[in-house]
Amino acid sequence: MSQKVLLSEKEINIILHRLACQLLENHLDFKNTVLIGIQPRGTFVADRLTKILKEEYGVKEIKLGFLDITFYRDDFRRGDKTLEATKTKIDFLIEDKKVVLIDDVLYTGRSIRSALTAIQSFGRPSEIELLALIDRRFSRHLPIQPNYRGRQVDAINDEKVKVLWKENDGEDVIYLINK
Amino acid sequence: MAELSVEHLLGIKYLNENDIQLIFETADHFKEVINRSIKKVPSLRDITIANIFFENSTRTKLSFELAEKRLSADVINFSAGQSSVKKGETLIDTVNNILSMKVDMVVMRHPNPGAGIFLSKHVNASIVNAGDGAHEHPTQALLDSYSIREKLGDVAGKNVVIVGDILHSRVALSNIFALKLQGANVKVCGPKTLMPKHIESLGVTVETDLRKALNWCDVANMLRIQNERLDISYFPTTREYTQQFGVNKKLLNSLDKEIVIMHPGPINRGVEITSDVADSKQSIILNQVENGVAIRMAVIYLLASKIK
Repeated sequence: MSQKVLLSEKEINIILHRLACQLLENHLDFKNTVLIGIQPRGTFVADRLTKILKEEYGVKEIKLGFLDITFYRDDFRRGDKTLEATKTKIDFLIEDKKVVLIDDVLYTGRSIRSALTAIQSFGRPSEIELLALIDRRFSRHLPIQPNYRGRQVDAINDEKVKVLWKENDGEDVIYLINK
Repeated sequence: MAELSVEHLLGIKYLNENDIQLIFETADHFKEVINRSIKKVPSLRDITIANIFFENSTRTKLSFELAEKRLSADVINFSAGQSSVKKGETLIDTVNNILSMKVDMVVMRHPNPGAGIFLSKHVNASIVNAGDGAHEHPTQALLDSYSIREKLGDVAGKNVVIVGDILHSRVALSNIFALKLQGANVKVCGPKTLMPKHIESLGVTVETDLRKALNWCDVANMLRIQNERLDISYFPTTREYTQQFGVNKKLLNSLDKEIVIMHPGPINRGVEITSDVADSKQSIILNQVENGVAIRMAVIYLLASKIK
């Protein structure tokens, strides 16, 4: 197994700022927009973006939620392991809101498909966008593309993209791991 | 990743502490789901569940059916009253006939203790025991502990008294196993005639004075007097039982502290507890019912993940 650094802390920071600006450009004051981090690892990206938007770009209020997609996945009983759920925390209505789904790595698109179903349980959004920090090209199983992408990566199937965050893993870095 | 140590839920006796924690954590997520405006998740789309009830039930049957439907499973219901069981069909034949229709899981209530265990050895499906005679009622005990955890933060170290007919109660036995496994202190309280011999060997203490028991406990689980199971007279009159083992508001108010009142239902109002107790803010009886759906969703979800 070998691993190489795909993005360093500095690069991640620059990309997050660009993504924040792109969100700002399309949503301005975020009055009618909600950000939804997909559990378990999209929540870190969503948290960081919210922080940047608030602290550096002066957005006063951003509605941020976390969505668990476990019970909506299409691979129930297809692996050896029980799919373990994480917490959903959406304490606002999304009816007629613009929803931005946020995840760290976009790979097959199946998680996003599950998230699109899951989010319907909270109302009918006026539109849904997708933000992915890393977009693994050529590996989609479904016709799903991000509206905002951090970095596009050509990774073959044996490779894995691993995103680490200071608050959880001790450092900000993204690795490309070859199994 | 965590998974249950068992393929069937036959009784609390067969679970370990991690199983209970996993069920509770999963139930937390389902409790959030059933409080959404759309209360359904598609997890069990390709699972069919048969609810087979050889004994009357309202709450448990509705609760299981709701749990299954909220998980998007296909559900078939079977009550022994209107079936070929009346014509002399055996349990295994009945269940195998149902399984031929490609059923993955059986939820069964049966008047004979051990019926679920027997079935699990002879048919190829995941079995959930919804009550077998005076033996076990595992989902009830799980939802009882879950409700205590929700109300008091933790089950470990809490003092719980189970009051009433301990001898005929599957709820009592499952509760004792579950509470002991989680580190609670358990006392049983009731007439000596309704107290099984050697009950102390399960690690519980026996008390025949209700006031003493209530003063000791944090939670009192009041069992129903099951007139249908009382083949002989175990106490002179219902009125006398109520005088000695019934809880009323006056008794509760005279205690040193505020305790939590539970009841597995259906309540005989005015017998085990009076209406003002059942409807008081100390009672978590309706929370138990709500938690029942979340707990059963968790159990079914976790067992269904193990069906290959």
